Amino acid sequence: MKWLAGFGRFWWDFVVGDDWLAAALVAIAIGLTAALAHETDVTAWWLMPVAAPLVLWLSLRRAIRS
Amino acid sequence: MTTGNAFLVLSAFLASAVEMVEALTIVLASALARGWRSSLAGVGAATLALAAITAALGPALTAIPLNALRLAVGGLLLVFGLQWLRKAILRASGFKALHDEDAIFARELADAEGAARVERAGLDWYGFVLSFKGVLLEGLEVVFIVLTFGSAQGSIPLAAVGAAGAVILVAIVGVAVRAPLARVPENLMKFSVGVMLTTFGIFWSAEGAGAHWPGADAAILGVLGFVIVVSLLLVQLLKREKLEAATA
Repeated sequence: MKWLAGFGRFWWDFVVGDDWLAAALVAIAIGLTAALAHETDVTAWWLMPVAAPLVLWLSLRRAIRS
Repeated sequence: MTTGNAFLVLSAFLASAVEMVEALTIVLASALARGWRSSLAGVGAATLALAAITAALGPALTAIPLNALRLAVGGLLLVFGLQWLRKAILRASGFKALHDEDAIFARELADAEGAARVERAGLDWYGFVLSFKGVLLEGLEVVFIVLTFGSAQGSIPLAAVGAAGAVILVAIVGVAVRAPLARVPENLMKFSVGVMLTTFGIFWSAEGAGAHWPGADAAILGVLGFVIVVSLLLVQLLKREKLEAATA
């Protein structure tokens, strides 16, 4: 069990890193892009280039504050 | 070679070079403090483990439908790229200390010299484990980038060529100078890798989610330019903030 928890923690740190909020916001942005592309007639490609800098800015602010 | 493939090789090369410079620092400290034999055995064992992981995951990734793969890989690369970019921007703007390979080397060397000697299988165990962990952990990131980049772009071998080039180059230079590669412009390389991972992450995650880029693959160049400009602007903005905080 301890080994499993360590294994899970390693992959969490490896993929998500030290800012879980950035990873969650990226996932939300991808979900919104998929919704725009599949459920509406609105062009969807612009959403990720808008979301990525915003997530980066937020992540930088959080890092500086901490 | 297409634009996407050229970026693929360059990204795999730069990311691998950065990780290998860090692995070299650990292996050198281990070798000088605990002996070359145990340290090189650790490097060999880690290389075998990485090869096994690559062989197991590589074919599995290529079996996934391309759009689903690009969605997952794009998302992961974007998260990864934003992490690299955040650290590089914080270092470039002075909010975080630059990575100092000489200081890390000195610290690793002191730790390795102070550890008790335990022999297992004829090897100094501390030296073996230190090298093994260093190469495995730094190498995992390389494997991750090579497999995800390669599979989403449709050519794992091309990504592997970029990574292998970096591993060979760093190993040759490391053996020649027998010192940590402190003069490598590490933050510039990390900044470049962060920009490339973020670019591919934006492009593939949007495409995988069902969006259609104007200009198809050529849009990568536009996204790249956009990410570079945004990142440089953020560096300038934070530099000014740091300066104002220092003079206030």
